[in-house]
Amino acid sequence: MRKVEQQQGVEVGVSPEAGRRRFVQGAGSAAIAASLAGWSAGAWAQAKLTVGVIYVGPRDDYGYNQAQAQAAAALKKMPGLRVVEQERVPETTDVQKAMASMIVQDGATLLFPTSFGYFDPHMLRMAEKFPKVRFAHCGGMWTQGKHPMNTGSYFGYIDECQYLNGILAGHASKTKKIGFIAAKPIPQVLRNCNAFLLGARSVDPKITCQLIVTGDWSLPVKEAEAVNSMADQGVDVITCHVDSPKVVVETAEKRGIFSCGYHANQSALAPKGYLSGAEWNWLTVYEQHVKDALSGAPFRNFVRGGLKEGFVRMSPYGRAVGEAARKQAEATRATMMKGDFIIFRGGLKDNTGKEVIAAGKGLIQTDPVLESMNYLVEGVIGKV
Amino acid sequence: MNDPGWMGVLIAVLGGALRVSTPFLFVSLGECITEKSGRINLGLEGILVMGAMAGYGIAYLSGNPWLGVLAAGGAGLLLGLLHGVICNLQRVNDIAVGIGLMLFGLGFAFFLGKPFVQPKAPNLPSLPLGAWSDSPQIQAALQVSPLFLIGLALALLLAWAFRHTRWGLVLRIVGDSADAARAMGYRVDLVRTLATGAGGFLAGVGGSFLSLHYPGSWSEGLSSGQGLMAVALVIFARWNPVHCFYAALLFGGASSLGPALQSVGITSGYYLFNAAPYVLTLAIMMTTCSPRRTLAGAPGELSIVR
Repeated sequence: MRKVEQQQGVEVGVSPEAGRRRFVQGAGSAAIAASLAGWSAGAWAQAKLTVGVIYVGPRDDYGYNQAQAQAAAALKKMPGLRVVEQERVPETTDVQKAMASMIVQDGATLLFPTSFGYFDPHMLRMAEKFPKVRFAHCGGMWTQGKHPMNTGSYFGYIDECQYLNGILAGHASKTKKIGFIAAKPIPQVLRNCNAFLLGARSVDPKITCQLIVTGDWSLPVKEAEAVNSMADQGVDVITCHVDSPKVVVETAEKRGIFSCGYHANQSALAPKGYLSGAEWNWLTVYEQHVKDALSGAPFRNFVRGGLKEGFVRMSPYGRAVGEAARKQAEATRATMMKGDFIIFRGGLKDNTGKEVIAAGKGLIQTDPVLESMNYLVEGVIGKV
Repeated sequence: MNDPGWMGVLIAVLGGALRVSTPFLFVSLGECITEKSGRINLGLEGILVMGAMAGYGIAYLSGNPWLGVLAAGGAGLLLGLLHGVICNLQRVNDIAVGIGLMLFGLGFAFFLGKPFVQPKAPNLPSLPLGAWSDSPQIQAALQVSPLFLIGLALALLLAWAFRHTRWGLVLRIVGDSADAARAMGYRVDLVRTLATGAGGFLAGVGGSFLSLHYPGSWSEGLSSGQGLMAVALVIFARWNPVHCFYAALLFGGASSLGPALQSVGITSGYYLFNAAPYVLTLAIMMTTCSPRRTLAGAPGELSIVR
């Protein structure tokens, strides 16, 4: 309903009200537009800032979108803030319409388009059209000089959590075979898979990790099949990087094997086998951007952080996590919190035997080279 | 476990065929009934998803998964009847209505299904037919849902009923020649509407398998085109319910081929293997459809062969 309403306003653009708003916008003051839109909507007369959040899937998917929506829900509680949301927006010109209508009709001046594919060209095009609006994108590679200054990207080093997941998996696994279910072999996914195995190998260097690529972000039947066929092959701990880990975690529980969550907390789905999970904590980022927008501080174009910065966090440890595992994970986490833990150390080989990081040259988490990872480390059974 | 390779793949594909095939089976049996009456219902994808949602919702609210299955069938029945009634109007194209119904079913299911994404509904039980084996792989592969067995029984029953009952005969007459049926005093529109309703019922039950058994939870991305593929499958099966059963097994096995091969370490070409069911659909269409001849066994009134 909402989507239709908004699209009409933008596409047709003939209703006098939309025209008036566009005129005000054109006159140059986004603030007036915001207050006008707020005033005409009636209920939000005091809103100082309107924030728009756009999701590619449903907000309650136990996964990627839910993690973003939780932060948006927390924002709603902040005084003087109005949050407009739209879910299930495909990575097509649809998202341009969604952004335009949030800006023109709702008066949003800070947008969070949260899906990877929104960045180029959709968000960049809208950023040119609305230079006073701040666009904070999740996961893209914002580059100085190449992309407009009112756009930016935020992301978190969630591979730190996957490394900790790996430590727990390494302790829990009896067969020394762990598994990773990936949607697509893109750098962020490969980095997680590699960190998961490296964590497990810090417990026992003989552990191998089976990778299964399903081919898309949300394919429940195929994800369930992947869990089943790995369980058949003796894999006894599984994690994943798909949009909604719900099916993976549930199927693992049904098969009686361990699982580590991703994106959000899935412990309720697998009370027996859930070890822990890598969760986003986007509120940290959202709050930062909101504060900047309210105070008029310059927009932070490139925002990154890990455990230390509070961008990511671990689910509470599950029942199956033993004392030794807990100790090692906590010790590693403490080093990560200090900011001097290196996951990708020098002399690292990929699974074809090639050295991918030169000996003695470990890559710190903030190194942008890691954001273009295109290999699987030694011990991962799979192919990019 | 001394030979984890091909034997493992075989067991995984077999298990996958048993796990994944049931929705295909129910939707294709339903479509088989509908098409036998001379109409095509392309909206089964929407009905499948609607059934998945309704089944999950009712199972959650009532605590009984079998009530959920019935509710799914009921929702499917209503949507099927809707298709049937609309198509009774003059000069209405059943394919266009089907596409409309598909979009309506998807959207309506997402709209109503919002509150059921988070809660956990009770799942259907499964029968441990592999208890005789000590191999955990075989035990896991033979965890068969009762719905699968019901589907198998239904396929046999339908095959018999099409041939040997009065109802089956009426259905086939209406599907093969509306004029002949009218001349004999049968009400063509009524038969077709009921056939589409029955097809919807079965498609709804197929949807409840997705949400209540495997994968076993409701989400908006639950179906990846099973409803549409099942329509292709009916043509492949030549409108024969028993062949629908084999075809459903084949499609189920094809769906699990990608993950199964990767799990034993055959990692190249996974895009191709993952696409296996879709490639299979295309291949079937290309080999079975020709503009120069009609399909053997096709109901004569079907708009695609007329």
